[in-house]
Amino acid sequence: MNTNLLNNYAEAVSLIIFAIGFTNLLLHKNLIKKIIGLNIMDTAVYLFLALKGYIKGHVAPIVIGGELQPDSYINPIPSGLVLTGIVVSVSVTALMLSLTIRLYKRYHTLDLDEISLRLKKEGL
Amino acid sequence: MRDFVQNFPLFSIILCLISSSASSLLKGKAAKWVNTVLICVVGAMSLTLTFYCLGHGSFTYTMGHVPAPWGNEVRGGVLEGAMATFFCLIMLLSMSGGRKKLLEEVEDTKQNLYYILVNLMLCSLIALVYTNDLFTAYVFVEINTISACGLIMIRQNGRTIEAAVRYMIMSLLGSGLFLVGVCILYDLTGHLLMSNIKESVQTLVATGQYSEPLLISMAFMIMGLAIKSALFPFHAWLPDAYGYSTISSAAILSSLVSKGYIFLLIKIIYRVIGFEVVHDSLLLNVTFVFAGLGIIFGSISAMREDDIRRMVSFSSVAQIGYIYLGISLGTRAGMVAAVFQILSHAATKSMLFISAIGLTDASNTSRKFKDLTGSAYRNKIAGMGFAAGSLSMVGIPLFSGFISKLLFMQAAVANYGKMLPTMIVLAISTILNAIYFMRTVVRIYSPERDLYKGREGFKVIHTREQIEYTCTVILFIALNVALGLCSEPILELIGTGLDMFS
Repeated sequence: MNTNLLNNYAEAVSLIIFAIGFTNLLLHKNLIKKIIGLNIMDTAVYLFLALKGYIKGHVAPIVIGGELQPDSYINPIPSGLVLTGIVVSVSVTALMLSLTIRLYKRYHTLDLDEISLRLKKEGL
Repeated sequence: MRDFVQNFPLFSIILCLISSSASSLLKGKAAKWVNTVLICVVGAMSLTLTFYCLGHGSFTYTMGHVPAPWGNEVRGGVLEGAMATFFCLIMLLSMSGGRKKLLEEVEDTKQNLYYILVNLMLCSLIALVYTNDLFTAYVFVEINTISACGLIMIRQNGRTIEAAVRYMIMSLLGSGLFLVGVCILYDLTGHLLMSNIKESVQTLVATGQYSEPLLISMAFMIMGLAIKSALFPFHAWLPDAYGYSTISSAAILSSLVSKGYIFLLIKIIYRVIGFEVVHDSLLLNVTFVFAGLGIIFGSISAMREDDIRRMVSFSSVAQIGYIYLGISLGTRAGMVAAVFQILSHAATKSMLFISAIGLTDASNTSRKFKDLTGSAYRNKIAGMGFAAGSLSMVGIPLFSGFISKLLFMQAAVANYGKMLPTMIVLAISTILNAIYFMRTVVRIYSPERDLYKGREGFKVIHTREQIEYTCTVILFIALNVALGLCSEPILELIGTGLDMFS
C-alpha cells in the first residue's frame, strides 16, 4: 500500500488538488472563488491525464527529423483528452463568468447566499 | 455493407447540430418550425431504428470506418431507439404545451436562441443515448449542462439567474467527478470504448488486480451522475430551476435532462462495468439508502410548499428516488422497473408542469394555493390534466404511475435483503403523494367561483382560445393512459433492450 502511494505520488497529488478545487466550488460563498475552484478542479484532472500519458524517456508525438518509431513517443490519447477537456472547461468558465456578471449588476454582490436572501425578501 | 438504418443515430446527432446552427440565422417563427420538424424527424428515425433492432438485433456503428480500439463508435439497440423516440415525443409535447407562455415570457429577439438551446439539448440527449464511447459521453454531458443552463435563464429575472448559477455549480461538481471516474477507468483499462473497457474490467476482476481504484472510479462515476440527476441530498438546485424557468424548460428539464443522465448511468452499469461487478461492489447499497431518503424527504418537502410549481418540482426529487431505488435493487426486475419509471415519470411530470401553468394563468399568474382555489373550473382542460397527472403520481390503476409502483413492489419481493425497507418506503411515499397531490386536486376543484368574480386576472379560459394547449394536454393524458394500459408490450421491449445491453 505505502509503496504504491510512493510510486504514484504524482497521481495522489493531482487527486488532492482535485479535492481542493471541488471543495472550493462546493463550499465557497463568493462566486469568483467558486469559479477559481472549478478551474483548479479541471486542471487537476488534466494533470492526472498528462501523467497517465507520459512515458519516461519518450518525446511528444510530433514528427521531427524523420523519427517514425512509435516506441519513441508518449501516449498521445490523454493529450487529446486534455485538449477536449480544456475546450469544455473554457466554455463552462465563460458561461459561469457571464452569469456572475449578470448577478453582480443586479445585486452588487458576489455572495451567493446574500443574493438568495435578497431574492427571498423580494418575494419573486 | 451496412444497412441504411444503421446511419440513423449519427444522422440524428448531426441533424440536431446543423439545425441548431441554422436557427441562429432564423427568426423566431422559422426557428420554431425547424425545431418542430427536427424533433419529428429524429423521433421517426429513432422509431424506425427500434423496429430495425427488434428484427436484426443491436449493432455498433464505427465512425469513419476506423476499427474498434481507435475509432469512435455509436451503438444502436432496442432500448436506445425506444428511449430516443420517447424523448422526442415528450420534447415535442412540452414545447407545444408551453409555446404561448414562451412568447409572453421571452423577448422576441431571443426566441430563436431558445430554439437553438432546445436543439442542442436534443442533440446531447440523443448522443448520450446512442454513444458507445465514455469520453464522448462526458463531452455531451457538458453540452447538456450548458444548454440546460441556457433553458433556465432564458427568462430573465433575478430568480432564474440565481437558479441557473446554482444548477451550474451542482452540475459542474457532478461532471468533474464523472470526468475523474472516466480518467481513472481509462488509466486502469487503457480504453475509452464501452465494450473494450468491459472486457478489460472483466479481466481485472477475474485476476483481482486494482480492485480499489476500480471501486473508486465506479463510485466517482455513479456519484457524479447522481449529483447531476438530482438524487437526494444533491437536489438543492432543483426546485428553483424547475420552479421559475419558463414552462417548456421546466417540463424538459424535469422529464428529460435528468433522465438522460440516468440512462447513461444504466448504460455504464451494464455496458462498461458489468452488472455483476457493480452489484458485488455494494455501491448500490449506498444509492439505495439515498434513494429511500430522497423519496421520503422529497415528498415531505413537497407537502410543505404552498407554491404549486415548487411542489411539483419537489415531487421530482421523490420520483428520481424511485428510479434510483429500482437500479439499487440490483436485479433485472428492478432495472426494468427503473426504466419504466423513467418513461412514466417523464410523461407524468411534464404533463403536471404544463397543466399547472394553465391553472396559474387562470388565477392572475399566482402560484399560491389560496389563489388557485377553483381554478380547474376556470381552465377546464388544465384541471383535467393536473388531476390525471396527480392520479398517476399517486398510483391509481389505469395510469402509468400504478404500473411503475407495481413493478417496484414485484422487484422488491424478489430481493430478500431489501424487500422490507423498499416496501415501507413505497408505502409511506404513496400516502404522502396522495396527501399533497389530492389536496391540490381538491383545492383546484373547490367551487368558489363567486369569490373571484370581477377580480382582475381571474378569468375563465375557454378551450377555443387555447387549441394547441388543449391538444397537448389531451395527448399527454392519452400517453399516460397508454403507458398504464398497454404496459405489457412496453415492458417486453425494455426487457429485450436490457438483454441486448449485456
